[in-house]
Amino acid sequence: MNEKKIIELRDIAVSFDGEPVLKNLNLSISDGEFVTLLGPSGCGKTTTLRIIAGFITPDSGDVFFDGKRVNDLPAYKRTVNTIFQRYALFPHLNVYENVAFGMRVQKKSNQEIEETVTKMLELVNLKGFEKRSVAKLSGGQQQRVAIARALANNPRVLLLDEPLAALDLKLRKDMQTELKNIQKSLGISFIYVTHDQEEALSMSDTVVVMDNGVIQQIGTPQDIYNEPQNAFVADFIGESNILDGVMLEDYLVEFFGRKFSCLDAGFEKNEPVDVVIRPEDIDIVEPVKGHLTGLVTNVTFKGVHYDTIVDFKGFKWLIQTTDYYPEGSTIGIVLNPEDIHIMKKSAYSGMFGDYSSYSEEFDELGDAVAAAEAEEEAEE
Amino acid sequence: MKSRTAATPFALWMGIFTVVPMAIVVWFAFTDETGAFTMANIAQIWQYAGTYVDSIWMGALATVICLVLAYPVALSISRKSENMQRTMVMIVMLPMWMNFLLRTYAWMSLLENNGLINQFLRWLGVIGADASLEMINTDGAIVLGMVYNFLPFMILPLYSVMAKLDNRVIEAAQDLGSNNWQVFRRVILPLSAPGIVSGVTMVFVPAVSTFVISKLLGGSKYMMIGDVIETMFVGDGCNYNVGAALSLVLMVLMLLCMSMMRKVDNGEDELGGMMA
Amino acid sequence: MKLLSKIYNGIIFAFLYAPIVVLIVYSFNDSKHRVKWGGFTLDWYKELFHNELIMEALWLTLQIAVLAAVISTIIGTMAAVGIYSMNGRLRNLMMGVNNIPMVNPEIVTGISMMLMFVAIYRATGFLRPGFLTLLLAHITFCIPYVVLQVMPKLRQMNKHMYEAALDLGCRPVPAFFKVVLPEIMPGVITGALMAFTMSLDDFVISYFNSGASAQNLSVTIYSMTKKPITPEINALSTLMFGTVLLLLIIVNIRQVRDLNKQKERR
Repeated sequence: MNEKKIIELRDIAVSFDGEPVLKNLNLSISDGEFVTLLGPSGCGKTTTLRIIAGFITPDSGDVFFDGKRVNDLPAYKRTVNTIFQRYALFPHLNVYENVAFGMRVQKKSNQEIEETVTKMLELVNLKGFEKRSVAKLSGGQQQRVAIARALANNPRVLLLDEPLAALDLKLRKDMQTELKNIQKSLGISFIYVTHDQEEALSMSDTVVVMDNGVIQQIGTPQDIYNEPQNAFVADFIGESNILDGVMLEDYLVEFFGRKFSCLDAGFEKNEPVDVVIRPEDIDIVEPVKGHLTGLVTNVTFKGVHYDTIVDFKGFKWLIQTTDYYPEGSTIGIVLNPEDIHIMKKSAYSGMFGDYSSYSEEFDELGDAVAAAEAEEEAEE
Repeated sequence: MKSRTAATPFALWMGIFTVVPMAIVVWFAFTDETGAFTMANIAQIWQYAGTYVDSIWMGALATVICLVLAYPVALSISRKSENMQRTMVMIVMLPMWMNFLLRTYAWMSLLENNGLINQFLRWLGVIGADASLEMINTDGAIVLGMVYNFLPFMILPLYSVMAKLDNRVIEAAQDLGSNNWQVFRRVILPLSAPGIVSGVTMVFVPAVSTFVISKLLGGSKYMMIGDVIETMFVGDGCNYNVGAALSLVLMVLMLLCMSMMRKVDNGEDELGGMMA
Repeated sequence: MKLLSKIYNGIIFAFLYAPIVVLIVYSFNDSKHRVKWGGFTLDWYKELFHNELIMEALWLTLQIAVLAAVISTIIGTMAAVGIYSMNGRLRNLMMGVNNIPMVNPEIVTGISMMLMFVAIYRATGFLRPGFLTLLLAHITFCIPYVVLQVMPKLRQMNKHMYEAALDLGCRPVPAFFKVVLPEIMPGVITGALMAFTMSLDDFVISYFNSGASAQNLSVTIYSMTKKPITPEINALSTLMFGTVLLLLIIVNIRQVRDLNKQKERR
């Protein structure tokens, strides 16, 4: 991945039916970069993608390709290609003709088309499928035809709109690896839209977290995970316990009436901050040995670990541990400096991070709602 | 898709051939032969008030009869298997697409004094060899003709809505303890309301405004508003202005009736769905 | 209960088909009387084909129906595509206009167009009532049927397919023909068939918009009912019945095939 910026979005604003969808968005994509736009349904990630593709014209702001302003360039003239969520294959054409579509539009020679189609189908592991009817293919196969069709056009950038959302879990994981490999071998940029944070973290060079039309944070997956910049990001990526704290001075924070050393600096003296502690980073010890003590109120077996809800003076924490601590028992916890992460207060403070209403059903409810909303958003 | 302009030929065509003619009707309605403005035509409408009432009454009667006859048929078709449904719908639709003139005309053969029905009755001995049941040239014949012609137009929208009724809703009602009659009254009937509105819409207007049926089956004894309008435009007594006025009033009356019905239902492209 | 419903349905269907059966049976009746049976014959069919009046009218009707079907299908399909991409208010307006011919009493539609043609003729001397006015009237009432058949197909289509074609470098108009049209084709064809049938069968509107030289079949039949009616009419009815039956079966088979294709895709 080199530093050359091939796509730039400057001060983009878009509204639908009077509702602002993107507010003052600034984003740049480098050549060969795998960028993921991550966020909940309705955050504007698909809209951003469609602006790049040329299907939506921003109300204000500019779009640049290789330094040239392309606001008025229609979709069919842009050197980007899109993978749509439901693949949008052409049902009346077979696999070969679907993949060849773009080249036929450009009136390439039959020989050239044959070469490219064969190469593309091999790339996506669909060799021999040329004559098949697309309606009879499985979801995963259709997905790969869509990829081959887009790549056959030799785009500089590939845009992917939640392409794996309709696949089942195992297939999704396999396709994630395949997509990453294809991107690496071709060396082009991928702009990937998803609401699945695991997907984002595993595939991307850069993650752009969005909420409500605003970019919350841009960074590598590790940065996003370890150093979230506000409560939204901290909660959206993985699980987080988020508490109120006060930054007494650099490297020293106070919460729950105790002082803890931490690794963050650069805050004002006695500045109120959000303190983030990941559930898997908390060590459970005997009550006497702990920095804090609390009461276990709920234990759920998750396979890989136990989700243990612990009550500390009214605030409920989530601790993920492979040991079993029964409900009703008192435990102590130890917090190491590297496990405590400090964030500036933001509009999101207080909205996340307390596990008082934790329950498995709510989790799944949340996922189901998110999935349904994602489908609706994709329908537009 | 920014392809709104594709509809321009349509907009132009419909503007010229649908909207402009309407305006011309209005113009003719409010002018006399010289082109001067007058309300005389509208005033003449009162002469025909009785005809309007008769037509609306007969149309309503035919509509209600159609509804009552069609409802059980539609219901039973909607409960059948998919293939049976398709076949039965075709059977219902077929007469619709036969030339309605010929069909009405066929009823003449049946209803005439020497027609088949009378022949049959004589053969049965129900009536004497010289006698005949006076069927043709009665208002009953007209209503019969209307019901006959428009029955499929009532069956199909009803069926269309009923077919989309989720069986599970009925099962849920039964599960909660309703017997068949209650299921019908409380679940099926209300849910079929859009179909009823559609069907009534499709039958009432043509029924009220028909002129062929009344001419062929009613003779010159029964003039419906359609007949009156026809005489205004064809033949010796023609008076375009009065005819236009009569048509205008008819159109407005029908619009009123329809919008009253729209309030009961929201249906949009029900027409299109039914046509398929 | 089931038996009751079967009997009831049977009665209704008998009611619907009785007159048609009568027509068909008597088309083979070897007797001048319309309703007394005189033996089997095909004479009336032969007479039919020799009846110049009817044959000319039939030919005219077919010409009008084909032309009206083709032109209304083109205008109607384009209309559906255009209206589909319109937003709320404009779309409602267009669909409202589309509904006018379908919702208005036929007689009003018929005379309104007649008055317009009369007005034009009086003012300019052009557009005598004849073939052209008849055709224009037919196209007008056929268009809504096409629109109502194509619209649902547009809605069923995956919207992204058109975008995918654009995305791959295809310009809008070729993209429509390569991608959208194949998808909506079943609706287009059904619309065309409906337009054809509606035009073939039309009486009221044609009645007011024919000229002396341009009477379609229904109008001709109507004018014949004033004189003593000959059984050629029955032969005609039977043939028309057969044609419509065939058309309907074709439409039905197409719909079944289309439904199956939709199911496969899910």
